[in-house]
Amino acid sequence: MRPLLLKKFTAVSCIGKGLAATLQSLEEQRSGLSICQFETVDIDTHIGEVPGVDDARLPDDLRKFDCRNNRLAELALQQDGFFDAVQQAAEQWGRRRVGVFLGTSTAGILQTELAYRERDPVSGALPSSFEYGSTHNSFSVADYLRRRCHLDGPAVAVSCACASSAKVFGSARRMIEAGLIDAAVVGGVDSLCLTTLYGFHSLQLSSPVPCRPFDAARDGISIGEAAAFALLERVPEGVNPASVLLLGIGESSDAYHMSAPHPEGLGARRAMQAALAAAALQPGDIDYINLHGTGTPSNDRAESQAVTSIFGPTTPCSSTKGATGHTLGAAGALEAVISALAIENGLMPGGVHTTQIDPTLTALYIRDNRRTPVARVLSNSFGFGGTNCSLIFGRAG
Amino acid sequence: MRLSAYIDGLGILGPGFSNWPGAAAVLSGQQAYRPAATVLPAPTILPAAERRRTGRVVKVALGVALEATAQSGEDPRNLASVFSSSGADGHNCHEICQALSLPGREISPTRFANSVHNAASGYWSIATGAMAESNVLCAFDASFGAGLLEALAQVAVDEAPVLLVAYDSEYPQPLHAKRPLPDVFGVAMVLTLQRRPGSLARVDAALSDSDFDRMEDTALEALRCAIPAARSLPLLRLLAARISGSAILEYLDVSRIEVRIEPCA
Repeated sequence: MRPLLLKKFTAVSCIGKGLAATLQSLEEQRSGLSICQFETVDIDTHIGEVPGVDDARLPDDLRKFDCRNNRLAELALQQDGFFDAVQQAAEQWGRRRVGVFLGTSTAGILQTELAYRERDPVSGALPSSFEYGSTHNSFSVADYLRRRCHLDGPAVAVSCACASSAKVFGSARRMIEAGLIDAAVVGGVDSLCLTTLYGFHSLQLSSPVPCRPFDAARDGISIGEAAAFALLERVPEGVNPASVLLLGIGESSDAYHMSAPHPEGLGARRAMQAALAAAALQPGDIDYINLHGTGTPSNDRAESQAVTSIFGPTTPCSSTKGATGHTLGAAGALEAVISALAIENGLMPGGVHTTQIDPTLTALYIRDNRRTPVARVLSNSFGFGGTNCSLIFGRAG
Repeated sequence: MRLSAYIDGLGILGPGFSNWPGAAAVLSGQQAYRPAATVLPAPTILPAAERRRTGRVVKVALGVALEATAQSGEDPRNLASVFSSSGADGHNCHEICQALSLPGREISPTRFANSVHNAASGYWSIATGAMAESNVLCAFDASFGAGLLEALAQVAVDEAPVLLVAYDSEYPQPLHAKRPLPDVFGVAMVLTLQRRPGSLARVDAALSDSDFDRMEDTALEALRCAIPAARSLPLLRLLAARISGSAILEYLDVSRIEVRIEPCA
């Protein structure tokens, strides 16, 4: 595939608002996970909550979009000059030539969960203030962003569970390459809600302690929330060699089970192989792998097998979910931003909270940060329904 | 910029529509449209354990996908796919929100796994063994247009056949009052880059500023307006009539999609 330039990117998660804070947390190996005190949730677990989400204000004319998810999106739009960069792109290419591709798994479903508590005792009706289309619906966050940024190009939400905001890079790439648009705002936004907190708890997939990816004693995920965006454009002549490019994308389906990965990571392997082929790279060209690494026994086992089957046991890899939590539909984009920071700053972030690496996992899991030039990173995202996506990022020069 | 492909197979399920030949007779004007509640086939393609877990939204998606792939002669295992829906399983979503509003907050693990927007895509891949990429989209009322653009771009750029499945299902009360979809509707098409002996028509599409087309028949127009996947009806009418022509499909508030159809004789 033709590489694409990450012209601008930003992220907000429990480890930081914006790139500087995010990088500092990674450098200090600081985790943002804390005991769950979200809303009225009564589950013994840790979460990655972004402080101050509810302080974000949406413009008056977009008030019907007001919900935690869109507030988180607004918060991220204001970091690192991202909103201004999007406006510049719109002026350069034309508002119809900039597309919006955002991943989310639950969008603003928290609004519906809260509205169900306020049903009319007689009729059962939801409160009149409840807005479905601009909060609950998966498209709401993409619709909010295109209206907020006055973009008139194609717009869509990708909702493939926890691979959503990795797959947005594929949708944007195809439309740019097909010539339908010249630039794309891609990213992911997922916010805390009761459906995912109680849902993963019901599947016994959430850990009572901060998640420990690849640890021998790992026992589940810690749910987090995040918004992460990137502005993608074709690579211009004379691109700054320090720029970060999207070099490859690989996607696949497990065809195995709705909520469990293929035991040998067959789908994951196909996605990574397809990404390498798209980038015309060999496994040895990858310096660091940002794993999906959720911290469930089955995910990490399958992913480790898939990684070693391609890369062998010598490519350093880690999961940043011990720091950020599993941000579900935002994880792909958040970890794309972390991959870009790794390249820009020569930093392989060690996985935090993991104390005893599972000796049966053969991938080279790093717990300590490594300061070393990083030219290319592969980032994995997998989701329920057996959906897999691997992205490869690299330095332009 | 125009995107083009050949349509090699079609599937449809909806109020008064149980397969493409029947729908084509109505949409081409040979038969009157008689609205009736959508009848969903049992997803016999799924293993029994999985079959019991699927809701209406999965049944409609699998039903139309099977009809379209059977007509195309493509092995579903080899097809990349684009699933596009304005919402996931509305009944399942209601049950979860209901449970979360009660003191115990106990939700079933199966319900939670089925709550993902990509459930139909996941069941399709389990049922057929398709390990190719599958993308799952939502653009609210513009979901059909979004799916069509994604699938056409994929055919053009990746040069591989793509199965497009656009489908919607209703919510029960109280969400129904806020999102009043009346019934289930689904449409699927197999899109390929090269014309083949069985190709039905060539389609090419571009973004447009023109006003979108409506259906002449009042009941069909009501259906087009009521369910996002039925925004495809002006395109399906051209395919049913097997005539060259163009239609403007409703998409986002700021843009439409113009489709031109050239039947393969």
